[in-house]
Amino acid sequence: MKIAIASGKGGTGKSTVAANLACMLSRTREVALVDCDVEEPNLHLFFPGSAVDVPVTTPVPEIDPARCTLCGECGKFCRFGALSVLKDRVLVFPHLCRSCGGCSLVCPQGAVREVSRTIGRVACSCPVPRLTLVSGILNEGEVQAPAVIRAAKMLAQGHLLILYDASPGIACPVIETLEGSDACILVTESTPFGLHDLRLAAEVVDRIGIPAGVVINRSDGRDEETLDFCRERGLPVIMTIPFSREIAAVQNRGGLIAALLPGWEERFAGLFEAMAKIAGVSP
Amino acid sequence: MIIVGITARAAGTDAPVEQRFGRAPYFVFVDTETGNAESVENPLVDAAGGVGPRAVQIFSEHGATAIITGQVGGNAAKALEAGGIKAYAYRGSGSVADALAEYTAGNLQPLPLA
Repeated sequence: MKIAIASGKGGTGKSTVAANLACMLSRTREVALVDCDVEEPNLHLFFPGSAVDVPVTTPVPEIDPARCTLCGECGKFCRFGALSVLKDRVLVFPHLCRSCGGCSLVCPQGAVREVSRTIGRVACSCPVPRLTLVSGILNEGEVQAPAVIRAAKMLAQGHLLILYDASPGIACPVIETLEGSDACILVTESTPFGLHDLRLAAEVVDRIGIPAGVVINRSDGRDEETLDFCRERGLPVIMTIPFSREIAAVQNRGGLIAALLPGWEERFAGLFEAMAKIAGVSP
Repeated sequence: MIIVGITARAAGTDAPVEQRFGRAPYFVFVDTETGNAESVENPLVDAAGGVGPRAVQIFSEHGATAIITGQVGGNAAKALEAGGIKAYAYRGSGSVADALAEYTAGNLQPLPLA
């Protein structure tokens, strides 16, 4: 089973939910936790340990000046400005390239060759027994987050149980993360901002066709609006984490409430069972 | 013959100069010998990204050997340099014709490209 953890909004507690769920699950079974927030991966902070790095590369064009006639087709085709056809040469801007390969297809001279460029890496570790942590890390200044997410997901492939921690928002990286997931946990907080972004995230999950459940984090006990929205949309609220000094203190130290606070391991076990039911898989 | 490309907010030499380079609404190309001007609507105004190098390509296609604009970004600067196109800064609020007059009078500072 593959469970994605997403939220429209940053700072709602996606990583908290993902890390605690993984911690609870690793007590009794093999689980892979994939950090798909490749621009700011943070799950390794909960699970320190030495990791093995695998570089992520992407194909970018290289022009053979002996064949190029400066016809300009590649530059006209590239909508990201990765190729500038000038009077006497073609200038390549590799970091603007989205690796679509179109330039090599449109070149009538066969002058475009694709070469590999490293844009990030995937760090794999086994920080605690039965837990495999796979973190995608996009190099600074790079734009191809989905490529690194794909690589991270691929390295976790083969595990029976995989958790994907998505990046905030609802842009391409989140879509890439959700792709192929059996179910999605939408983490929200009961503020107007939380609800606004939950609305957007619920829409995305719905469009992709993934069943979802909602976790309300930092609840002050007045969640009526969020609950109303979830009822309206048929989204089950499967867990509520209260706003509490005790929980905040554990989090601040980089600790996991499933491991350190009584009662929470059971509650995360309940969350997992609820998700399995939503996904229609036996837990 | 020197063709100078100027970033502008509208077509024609009476249009105000646009400070942005790749996202300027119009590019006005002026032949400094004949005084002929050609205005080209910039197709990149709403493009997702990478507009700098693509704008340079448009200037290059129109045979511009010098451009006048407010400022250029890093990628555009690289393309301009590789293409042997000189860039000059016009930070005033005048028209394309005003900027061109300043240029021919030698009053414009070249933009650093490297």
